[in-house]
Amino acid sequence: MNWWHRLLHRNRMEQQLDRELRFHLEQHTADLIAQGCEPGEARRLARLTLGGPEQVKEQCRDARGTRWLEDLAQDVRYGLRTLRQNPGFAAVGLLTLALGIGATTVMFTVINGVLLKPLPYPEPGRLVWLQERTDWKTQRGDVWALTYPNYLDCRRGTPALEMAALFYGGGTLSAPGAAEHVTGFEISSGLFSVLGIRLLQGRAFLPEEDRPSGAPVAIIGYDLWQRRFAGSATAIGSEMVLDGKPHTVVGIAPARLKLLEEDVEVLTPLGQDTSPILHNREAHGIGAWGRLHPGATIEEANTELAAVGRQLAEQYPKSNQGRTFFAEPLRPQVGDNRATLWLLLGAVGLVLLIACANIASLMLARAVSRDRELAMRVALGAGRGRLARQCLTESAVLGLAGGALGVLLAAVGIGPFVTFWPGSLPRAEEVHLDGHVLLFTLAASLASGLLFGLAPALRAPARELEQALRAGSRTVAGGSRRLHGSFVISEIALAVVLLVAAGMLGRTMLRLSSLDPGVNIHNVLIARTALAPGTLASPARIRAAWEEILERARSVPGVQSIAMVDTVPMRGGSNQIPYSTTPAAVPRNQQPLVFANCVTPDYLSVMGIPLRRGRFLTDQDRLGGEAVAVIDDVMARQGFGGQDPVGRQVWLSFALGRPPEPVTVVGVVGHVRQWGLAADDEAAVRAQLYYPFAQVPDGLLHRWSEVMSIAVRTGIDPLSVVEPLRKEVRGASNDQVIYQIRTMEQLASASLARQRFLLLLFGIFAGLALLLACIGIYGVLAYLTNQRVPEMGVRMALGASAGDVTWLVLRESLGMIFAGVAAGSLCAVAAGSLLQRSVEGMRKAEPSTFAIMIAVLMIAALFASLLPARRASRIEPMTALRQE
Amino acid sequence: MKPKSDLPQGTLDLLILKVAAQGPVHGYAIAQRLQQVSRDVVQVPQGSLYPALHRLENRGLLAADWKETETGREAKFYRLTRKGRAQLGTETASWRRLTAAVGLILRLSEGGAE
Repeated sequence: MNWWHRLLHRNRMEQQLDRELRFHLEQHTADLIAQGCEPGEARRLARLTLGGPEQVKEQCRDARGTRWLEDLAQDVRYGLRTLRQNPGFAAVGLLTLALGIGATTVMFTVINGVLLKPLPYPEPGRLVWLQERTDWKTQRGDVWALTYPNYLDCRRGTPALEMAALFYGGGTLSAPGAAEHVTGFEISSGLFSVLGIRLLQGRAFLPEEDRPSGAPVAIIGYDLWQRRFAGSATAIGSEMVLDGKPHTVVGIAPARLKLLEEDVEVLTPLGQDTSPILHNREAHGIGAWGRLHPGATIEEANTELAAVGRQLAEQYPKSNQGRTFFAEPLRPQVGDNRATLWLLLGAVGLVLLIACANIASLMLARAVSRDRELAMRVALGAGRGRLARQCLTESAVLGLAGGALGVLLAAVGIGPFVTFWPGSLPRAEEVHLDGHVLLFTLAASLASGLLFGLAPALRAPARELEQALRAGSRTVAGGSRRLHGSFVISEIALAVVLLVAAGMLGRTMLRLSSLDPGVNIHNVLIARTALAPGTLASPARIRAAWEEILERARSVPGVQSIAMVDTVPMRGGSNQIPYSTTPAAVPRNQQPLVFANCVTPDYLSVMGIPLRRGRFLTDQDRLGGEAVAVIDDVMARQGFGGQDPVGRQVWLSFALGRPPEPVTVVGVVGHVRQWGLAADDEAAVRAQLYYPFAQVPDGLLHRWSEVMSIAVRTGIDPLSVVEPLRKEVRGASNDQVIYQIRTMEQLASASLARQRFLLLLFGIFAGLALLLACIGIYGVLAYLTNQRVPEMGVRMALGASAGDVTWLVLRESLGMIFAGVAAGSLCAVAAGSLLQRSVEGMRKAEPSTFAIMIAVLMIAALFASLLPARRASRIEPMTALRQE
Repeated sequence: MKPKSDLPQGTLDLLILKVAAQGPVHGYAIAQRLQQVSRDVVQVPQGSLYPALHRLENRGLLAADWKETETGREAKFYRLTRKGRAQLGTETASWRRLTAAVGLILRLSEGGAE
């Protein structure tokens, strides 16, 4: 019979043990009788020789080796019973724990999915990400995306890697069905095999399709397949029109496929793109992955890449001097979400700690009042270790029950949490409860149980037996008072940290939302616009198409003015180019960068940007006339010092490979918080410049048209003009679409979403911490005061007034509060600087924030201590003394 | 009647194994056998017999079955396992070595007194 059997068949084992001993006794008795003993005497003798049957049984049970588990089961039953006996305590403890563990589990689930899980590709450790690095730096640093020619040379020169590249693609899908804009990428033929992704149906691109003369083919995303082809298998081999060109669908991507954290609707072969920009060795914008061949190491790959870099630098000094290539292990792209996630886990961890301190002090109070019972058990032979183990089992039962409830809460809460995440949470599809999360929760529950069970457990057998039995639970030893005090102090300290953090975030939010965005965000609608593919053939048709769009849009009821804009404030995207204020050649690493925005003249009035000097762009600024630009006051200061920039010239190169051209500054406008309300102050490039769309050279017009948006100022709710606008700009061929439609208010609000989200959560956590700390203070004081009833009675009998007694209790609580605030303030300074480093727009914690938050805490804490204090002051001296 | 001496520590297991080596036997019979064999010199504390039996069973040195005795009653019979037999061998040998060594020392000191 093995160990498990013995445990499972405990009852049968007990019966057999009983039968075995009975058999022994009966045989012995019978033998003795046979030897001439009198029956009664024989039974007595047999029993005497064997020894007490219960002791023998107990020793046999010990020999079974399952003893500790049986004890555990007993302790668990005992723990559950004591919890049931005290439903109030159990409910408060369970709820606190469930909230704490539930919140911690939610945070860990997200962290696990977003940061810890390996990438969802086979052998992710062999995947690398490829970039360029220069030995000189611009304001944006020294790391660059690859250019397509460089990528092709790297692929040829790196035998250690199998490479695949991608470039932003997508376009207007006009058949089958109504025209719409689809997102997507141009990819090289090996992309699916490098990443190890299997297509849902059909095939990947063939190498011969990844060439300029290849047959036009496309792979479509799962959602598009469902939407446009109703999920039919006949989609493969059918034709669809993308940007006016028929493509044959050859494959369907698996559901929820994302590349670079973007949804995939259409993929086309990168090698078929013949646009000059792609083949320019100075146009950095290619994303490239590599998979290490079996046996190859990343060091080998980097050595090979460096060799390619040296060779290209010699061959193309103009573009590649000081430039090399490198591979680094592929990591999930999570951006600043990493900091947010760890911050939040830290915050919920603090809440959980406060909850543990709270329960610990409750349990300690209960343990103290159970001294008599424990002393009795020690007197009856229970070992010290056994009692401590029982205390710990009890708290572990509470911890695990809280943990189980917490997992339930987390299972319900995780969905809404991910939905409320500001912006889209990267790798959200990986976020769910799994084995790792459950293991974490189990560990957290047990650790919590241990944390709040330790104090009572260590304390339990430490008491003088006889004294405990005699005195009952009346007197409290100094050690226990100090222990209680330290729980309250740590709760207050933790609450201070959370309160100050919430206060800092609150002030930051107030400051940021009162900032002037530099534009009038009310009643402005923004939409990206894709011209009809047919109009893109000639520059004249492009210009005419845009004219027509603006003209027709103006006729929509509710539209007051309309403009074209390349990069919309607070929407992301950027075009930063070097500029200089002298015609002399300045080394490019010393040239300052300016954010250049291509707009039409009405942009100023649509956005409500204030004009500071000179004039804004006008309809007279056309190709062939003087090249003009308007700068913002930041660039005016940066480029021209105190002098008036109007009429001066700046040298800019608007497109790659073009020599710098002089442009005359005709006006100065106010600065726009282009990168978001919070981020703009900290942005590397803040100088801004506007140049007219009408002066974009013919050669660049096609490319520029692909990125233009329209901005509309309305007299009514901007969202109500969306449908009329959509119909009006459809164009003659019915395939001109607007997409990515937002209001400026939405964009401004989204730019603060992260701060707002953090503030909300920290606010909730701080409120919870405050509540828990107050409950803790109340509980501990009520308990301590109750223990001192006889002492208070004596004091009052000797002439102390009600006020004196109140003060006595309050003094005790004030001592704990001050100690907690002092410790908490120190921690809060550290936590504050952490917060400041990881949240944009955060300032150092002002003393007033500390003052306000600490005042809030003190008032709440004093309020919580007032109740026990008042109760103490109402003690009847005679009743109290009689109690002794 | 001479005062009986206590069983040296650890030898109870050895004795039990030795008795069980002669064939399946129940607890009471083991107690009887030990009593007889040691001719009333060695006091076998019967109270520790059963814990020892259970311990040996748990360690896999003994196996137990419920069988009828010659008087037709159900009893738990212990028999030696293969592992138990091996253990008996090593323990017997080490016991012999120990007693021989102790005897040697005792003879030496007696010799020294002469």
